[in-house]
Amino acid sequence: MNSDFLSTAKPISRLIEELHKLPGVGPKTAQRLAYHLLQAPPEKSRDLAEAILGIKENLRLCSVCLNITDSDPCGICADETRDHMKICVVEEPIDILPLERTRKYRGLYHVLHGVISPGDGIKPEDLRIRELLDRLGSNSVTEVILATNPNVEGEATSMYIQRLVTPLGIRVTRLARGLPFGGDLEYADDVTLSRALEGRQEM
Amino acid sequence: MTSRAYQTEAIIIKRQKFGEADRLVTLFTSDFGKVRAIAKGAMRPKSKLGGNVELLTHSQLMLARGRNLDIITQAQAIDNFLPIRDSLELMSGGFYLTELVDAFTEENVEDRELFDLFLNTLKEMAASSDMERALRYFELRLLNHMGYRPQLQKCANCSRQLEPGVNYFSPHQGGALCRECGYPDMSARTISVNALKVLRLWLQCDFTTACRVKLTGNLSREIKNLMRENIRYLLEKQLKSIEWMDQLNSEQKNHA
Repeated sequence: MNSDFLSTAKPISRLIEELHKLPGVGPKTAQRLAYHLLQAPPEKSRDLAEAILGIKENLRLCSVCLNITDSDPCGICADETRDHMKICVVEEPIDILPLERTRKYRGLYHVLHGVISPGDGIKPEDLRIRELLDRLGSNSVTEVILATNPNVEGEATSMYIQRLVTPLGIRVTRLARGLPFGGDLEYADDVTLSRALEGRQEM
Repeated sequence: MTSRAYQTEAIIIKRQKFGEADRLVTLFTSDFGKVRAIAKGAMRPKSKLGGNVELLTHSQLMLARGRNLDIITQAQAIDNFLPIRDSLELMSGGFYLTELVDAFTEENVEDRELFDLFLNTLKEMAASSDMERALRYFELRLLNHMGYRPQLQKCANCSRQLEPGVNYFSPHQGGALCRECGYPDMSARTISVNALKVLRLWLQCDFTTACRVKLTGNLSREIKNLMRENIRYLLEKQLKSIEWMDQLNSEQKNHA
């Protein structure tokens, strides 16, 4: 144990040590947080403690889309007002947030929980592709939107899924790759720019 | 005093996440061999580095020496090998090449010849459809260049001239074996006269000439297995990307 902690009461030094294990929290930040919590009203501390326990006890994967959820099926899958004929395929649960923020998409999702990465030994079987195909087989889905990241692994994964889904007679689309809003042509790389040219649209 | 900034060409052979939005990039450079460097903010959509430091991109880079890792300050792609990116099969071959180069090289050892071989192989793969041939040629030339040139003229054990007919190949002995030495050697496998001839020629010729050799399916498979075994013996491991390459291959065959 750190010698700094010797003069500190045991419960505090334990809290400091635990906070210090979190990403981005250094020893000083850990100390500051610990003393802040010490002075905060008891119900605040209890709220925080419960919130931390809550993510472990109540969360699981949605049996339909494999997103992280506290109810099964998840809020999105259970929502009758959403378009159940479209499925948007993403790499990780966190990728759903930015897509939802756009408010442009009202279909369902499917989380792969990873991406094909041969150099790291991650193969298609390690992803939740099987579950996606099962969903497509049993439902009246008309479109699969591939929203994996626009990098080498994401492209490979999308191409692989496209190859499996197209024979089922379902429309497969890929998120457009183009220039970011607020960006600058000068700094665009050739792949982005050539894809943006290919996907140009009538104004 | 030496300048902290330097320029070089490089092919990106590996990327890992690093912190919030940075990438730890492994480069195979034309002037300094394998170098690991940080591409700051490369994962943000508006990053000016992003697409120029993607895997399998040939880029012109400006780097700044750091205490541990160098930092990429500017990047401009020279060739993105778009045909490779657009094909799942070529992509799997590309992954394999990067893993191969990474496995056979040490950091900060300048190797212009290997850089040129690597770059040419990617160009050939992007230009032609014969990926298997490009990979085999690369493997053989890589072994040759790194000091593992297989002995293909004489028996690697007794130095007798190899005769046409049944011969053997042993990664452990570093090349072909004559019938007498190869037969009792449990680690050796047979090698056909044609495979011997192709490999001998490829060790001496450029890729254009290597393309003139006609390869039947059987011969191509024989050479592939032979090279693979040899590489696995030298690296003492199977490369991870092989499995996916094989899987795609067999799925393709089932399709056809």
